[in-house]
Amino acid sequence: MDQRGYEVLGPTIHDSAISYGPIHAIEDLPEGWTSEQGPGSYRLKRRTDGALFGYATGPKSLKNFLHPSEIKLFTAERTNGTFRILSNDGLAPRRAFLGVRACELAAAGVQDRVLIEDRFKDPIYSQRRAGSIVIAVNCSDPSSVCFCTSMGTGPRAKAGYDLALTEVIDGGTHEFLVEVGSETGADLLAGTEYSEASEELRRKSDEVTARAERSIQRQFENAGVAELLKENFDHPRWDDVASRCLACGNCTMVCPTCFCVTVEDMSDVTGDHAERWRKWDSCFALGFSYIHYGSVRLSTKSRYRQWLTHKLSYWHDQFGESGCVGCGRCIAWCPAGIDLTEEVAALRAAAPAEKTNGGGE
Amino acid sequence: MKHKHRIGVFKFASCDGCQLSLLDLEDELVALAGAVDIAFFPEMSSNMRSGPYEIGLVEGSVTTHQDAARIHQIRKQCQNLVAIGACATAGGIQALRNWSDTQQWVNQVYAHPEYIQTLSMSTPISGHVPVDFELRGCPVNKYQLLELVSAALAGRKPNIPTYSVCVECKRRGNICIAVAEGVGCLGPATQAGCGALCPTYSRGCYGCFGPAESASSTILAELLIAQGHPSDEVVRAFRSYNACAWPFRQAAEGKGLT
Ligand code: SF4
Ligand code: SF4
Ligand code: SF4
Ligand code: SF4
Ligand code: SF4
Repeated sequence: MDQRGYEVLGPTIHDSAISYGPIHAIEDLPEGWTSEQGPGSYRLKRRTDGALFGYATGPKSLKNFLHPSEIKLFTAERTNGTFRILSNDGLAPRRAFLGVRACELAAAGVQDRVLIEDRFKDPIYSQRRAGSIVIAVNCSDPSSVCFCTSMGTGPRAKAGYDLALTEVIDGGTHEFLVEVGSETGADLLAGTEYSEASEELRRKSDEVTARAERSIQRQFENAGVAELLKENFDHPRWDDVASRCLACGNCTMVCPTCFCVTVEDMSDVTGDHAERWRKWDSCFALGFSYIHYGSVRLSTKSRYRQWLTHKLSYWHDQFGESGCVGCGRCIAWCPAGIDLTEEVAALRAAAPAEKTNGGGE
Repeated sequence: MKHKHRIGVFKFASCDGCQLSLLDLEDELVALAGAVDIAFFPEMSSNMRSGPYEIGLVEGSVTTHQDAARIHQIRKQCQNLVAIGACATAGGIQALRNWSDTQQWVNQVYAHPEYIQTLSMSTPISGHVPVDFELRGCPVNKYQLLELVSAALAGRKPNIPTYSVCVECKRRGNICIAVAEGVGCLGPATQAGCGALCPTYSRGCYGCFGPAESASSTILAELLIAQGHPSDEVVRAFRSYNACAWPFRQAAEGKGLT
């Protein structure tokens, strides 16, 4: 990969989580580590085997690299009375992502739909996306927050990868089944030492997936949720969740499909140098709904409702699919441990008879 | 010659750290000095020229009768009055006296308490005069201070976000220590501006930028206690540099300790 000019990013132990970092050798992978996750909680744990990919997703996703959290759009300078816009930084590094999970691939598909295939194509995302190689690893150890099976996105990668690996550990053997998903993938594989997979390895790899599927506890009833949310704009559950929500925005930051950004201009003290920056924004920020005279969504209730209804309901109207892939990040990385599957279940269980359009607030 | 904005920097009860952020600008200081006329800044120069000033930067809280009068004089001289730092915007760490008997402390601390004249409360500048802008932090972030001045010169609104520290923390790519290590972190209830400095170095946010726009301090206090952080620790966490900022005050008082 290095020789081909790719920077390899894959699972590394970074502070107290397994997260994308530079990979130069196998030793950089989190051998023998896993994660234990729950609402508002993530802990690294030791495993008894030497699995390299025996964990579920951490807080970062491809979004962190393809849709950068902060990026300078341009610099402008005033010299001798003329105003010039200076050219941007060079091309983004070409990256190979290793250990991408099925839900993340699905999330990248959702972002493609928004940032490439919609009316306005985002050049920053498009260029980074086109220059990436994706080596997926099928999940063997989902965490308690995962619900990809409910969303039909995992735990086995279906498409969108260049190569997909399944790690098979059985007694004394430690093998990988490799599936090729693209020409680039075939080309990559050709440069390595491999042998034709045996029937037995294929069967064992299917077992890994079947076991992973069975171990997923979290259920989410996706059917009809778009309508459910539209019909329950005034449900008392929104007040309930607002009494627990910190409006901190962590859920939107870690969600691999959330794409909202804000654009900020700055000028220096001389007034001769200006920059325009793009940064991740969040519908939990007051300024997010700022229009002339003030913000529309003042209460935490209205902001939580915006987040959930956009993800699960309006996303369908806008982009023809759900904005949620069931990765569980917003559950684990919410400091208050708010769980969207539980919120939706509560809305469903006690949908009130009275239905109104409700006011803003 | 083009008129330069005249700036005055005034000190009240404080540690001088916020004014020092101006001098700490180093790389940008020359440009700043070229763009504005720093007319009154005793910490920097003994050449102190009288007002009026286009921009007055006020550091510190009001803790004496003299200061309570002086701030009115300063207000009259400043077209734009900006309170800088936790002392000026919330009363500072010295506002902890607001929960106790100040005279008793004076008697305990000073050999000659009869020489000490002080108010029983430490109060923010906005408690005395109208303030045009409040720049948070203990100390303020020097780049935010520069942004404030640059925006004033350009006649634009300063870009000072009011959302949570978490937003900055996540943009920076940090692993959340609250979730991954169980560290008590005030980031979700604290206003951004520091660039998530403490969480970046694996320390929980101390709340030195004061309450974020969504005053979720009480929810966070309850959450931290439910997660097993001792309630007196939680009260102390909210009762530091910004103890008297209303949402933090509420969060601590709601815990039954006054
Ligand atoms: S949600 Fe599914 S695909 Fe994603 S990490 Fe969990 S098990 Fe793997
Ligand atoms: S809403 Fe939550 S579970 Fe769904 S994709 Fe976003 S972070 Fe993952
Ligand atoms: S949920 Fe909020 S932050 Fe995420 S895409 Fe929708 S509006 Fe944007
Ligand atoms: S749901 Fe959780 S992560 Fe999202 S804003 Fe509320 S407290 Fe923060
Ligand atoms: S470490 Fe603190 S500031 Fe950073 S995301 Fe977590 S709670 Fe927020």
